[in-house]
Amino acid sequence: MTGAEDFSAAGELVCPAGTPAALRTAVEAGADTVYCGLRNATNARNFPGLNFTPEELQASVAFAHARGAKVLLAVNTYPPAGQLALWHEAAAIGMRAGVDAFIVADMGVARHIAETWPRARLHLSVQAAASSPEAIRYYCTHFGVRRVVLPRILTIPEIRAIRREIPCEIETFVFGNHGLMVEGRCSLTNWLTGQSTNLDGVCSPAAEVTFERADDGTMRSCLSGFTIDRFAAGETAGYPTICKGRYAAPHRPEGYYAFEEPVSLNLGRLLPELMAAGVHAFKIEGRQRSKSYVRQVVGAFRRAVDSIRSGHDPDLADLVALTEGQKETQGAFQTKKWR
Amino acid sequence: MTATKTLAPIPFPPLLPVGLVCTVLRPVLDRIVRRIAARHPEIFARVAPYERSDFVIVPQELPFALHLRPDPEAPLLRAVPRNRLPPHEARIEGRFLLLLSLVDGESDGDAAFFSRDLTISGNTEAVVSLRNALDDMDGSVAQEAADLFGPPGRAILAALRRRSGRQ
Ligand code: SF4
Repeated sequence: MTGAEDFSAAGELVCPAGTPAALRTAVEAGADTVYCGLRNATNARNFPGLNFTPEELQASVAFAHARGAKVLLAVNTYPPAGQLALWHEAAAIGMRAGVDAFIVADMGVARHIAETWPRARLHLSVQAAASSPEAIRYYCTHFGVRRVVLPRILTIPEIRAIRREIPCEIETFVFGNHGLMVEGRCSLTNWLTGQSTNLDGVCSPAAEVTFERADDGTMRSCLSGFTIDRFAAGETAGYPTICKGRYAAPHRPEGYYAFEEPVSLNLGRLLPELMAAGVHAFKIEGRQRSKSYVRQVVGAFRRAVDSIRSGHDPDLADLVALTEGQKETQGAFQTKKWR
Repeated sequence: MTATKTLAPIPFPPLLPVGLVCTVLRPVLDRIVRRIAARHPEIFARVAPYERSDFVIVPQELPFALHLRPDPEAPLLRAVPRNRLPPHEARIEGRFLLLLSLVDGESDGDAAFFSRDLTISGNTEAVVSLRNALDDMDGSVAQEAADLFGPPGRAILAALRRRSGRQ
């Protein structure tokens, strides 16, 4: 476990891995740091067939460390009251594997790790939705949090202002799925499926999702039997999450994206401004994505960060083909009026 | 992924009876699935809840589909005529070269789904498990399958990759 020192200079690339092969791909594509989770409800990508066994985690940490990369373990869901054992065990597995930091959201989990392993490094997950200096300082003071992953609701001037008032590093998302709502508080999937994103670690569990294709080429995506979108033949599609559903309402009987559109975050062009604002680390979303996605996105951002560091404009390949709905946005980072 | 929109069609001899093609392919596909199973036993753990499930993989422009059962004891991969698909848990459909580039580790399944080039139906959890299992492999299923047949196998894979603009 890494001690109290800072991880790296500004522009650390924090990259996703849903499998050991994806982790190796990320490291080889230039990730400074890779984040991953165990195969259970202790992390927010508890998807079938995804994630790491304790043995795979140990071997993956060794692989990354041998190549100078770090590994973060996401333990970033909220344990149901009185059922802490799985989360405590996840932390112990991470310590044994030698992970460089834990990404946590729940105060009980944070306190357990801070008290049991005082030298363990804690990062505050986006799932904690800490977006004010007061909230962030609270986690730093009480649990020794060393880095906050900011919710995707802040503009760059707001991030710059927060940076001046907090004693820890800042990590922001720069690419990927953009289902933000109020992070860590969304209960939409729970309402429909009975499973919770925040407790069970899965939004729109695959077992509850069906896609139905009609002869005219339209496709209906359903969650627990409810239609959440219908795509015309050839129309680009998004993830079957409720926040990206298209709904009819009295004022919009034709149906519209009431919460969010199927769109991905891409802050490639804002990287220099984010670095100047004091952002330490750039996070790429997508533990559920393939090695191919990891290779392409990590490689593109690696080249972009290296260009900026050497005083050149970022050279960012066109990543729109990998985005949800094949549309991208700079979201709230550019303007609060984005939605 | 953007390249998949412009893929050239696969030439397929139209007069060859599809049943004969399936029979000819049987030992080839059987060898491929046994080799992958022997060399990568770890991938079965990811799809374990669906190891007795039947998947059909339908290349849009070919007259036959692939029938896969990821059973570690008795892995099954065979060609079946498109109009006589067996009962199945899940169906995955797309152009042949897209499906090839997915098992080649070169394309992203979610992106192909977003662009509507890939269609899935049936049990979504089974498909996601299978996808994650196949993705946790260094290298490529397609390359290993080609290597199994030596220089001719590699030449065919190289030609197919060229056709999809990847070489
Ligand atoms: S419904 Fe959307 S905002 Fe809510 S947890 Fe799922 S992806 Fe996140």
